[in-house]
Amino acid sequence: MLSNPFDFRSSFRGIERLRREMNRTSDQTDRDPLFGNVAGYPAMNAWTNDDGAIITAELPGIDLDTLEISVHNDTMTLSGERNPEDLGEGEAYHRRERSYGQFRRAFQLPFQIAADRVEAAYDKGVLQITLPRAEADKPRKIQVRAS
Amino acid sequence: MADTKEIQVQEAEKQELAESEAERTRARRAFVPRVDIYETDDAINVIADMPGVSADTLDITLEQSVLTINGYVEEEQPADHTLAYAEYRVGDYTRSFSLSNQIAQDEIDATVKDGVLRLHLPKTKPTTKRISVSVG
Repeated sequence: MLSNPFDFRSSFRGIERLRREMNRTSDQTDRDPLFGNVAGYPAMNAWTNDDGAIITAELPGIDLDTLEISVHNDTMTLSGERNPEDLGEGEAYHRRERSYGQFRRAFQLPFQIAADRVEAAYDKGVLQITLPRAEADKPRKIQVRAS
Repeated sequence: MADTKEIQVQEAEKQELAESEAERTRARRAFVPRVDIYETDDAINVIADMPGVSADTLDITLEQSVLTINGYVEEEQPADHTLAYAEYRVGDYTRSFSLSNQIAQDEIDATVKDGVLRLHLPKTKPTTKRISVSVG
């Protein structure tokens, strides 16, 4: 991919395009005409700098035992499950707006991820995944010899 | 029972609060948290999804049988990073419910875990009085 890694705008375009490709292959709707540009559950934000990226996702009430984060080359895949409350006899729902079930989402980054240094933290229902850039993928400064 | 295999795309969208007559004093945007409400024999339970909220940033008030939930969320801004891609915005949560007089308002219980607020609203015990009849 021809993109300048220091220009986060081009990284964003790269991420956008590849995310769309990824979601097309995994059969998820890309654009909901009413609600706009959300590609799946959970909604994610990506923060980047030269050393890597931090992906945040809002996942309230997730059972951490079911949460799986896997990293391969430049793609991170997130999957998990949330189970509904079990109601007993004679109990009824007045409102049911939260949804339950399994989710799986892949996010492709414009750099190779250093898989051994990935960290994930879950606090107050927000999952924050730190994905450092692989050393071999970092841009190298070229010394110019004056002759 | 609904099929619980897939979480729909709509779940990822947060519903923004439309400012009506009384505006909020803070200038941040506010979202309406999704809730599940279910009723058992002795209580009504409210479960609200409010990611980013903890026990000290929650404000639950009860005034004239209107229960208002306010959750304040800090901006997520990891140091030295710039936002490259966003699918959701961060903001406060607020929602109000009017309670019937069947709720024992002094015994409302609230817990928060992992961004999920659980409210336990016990129903008042029905008091039946027997009226004795005297022969007149």
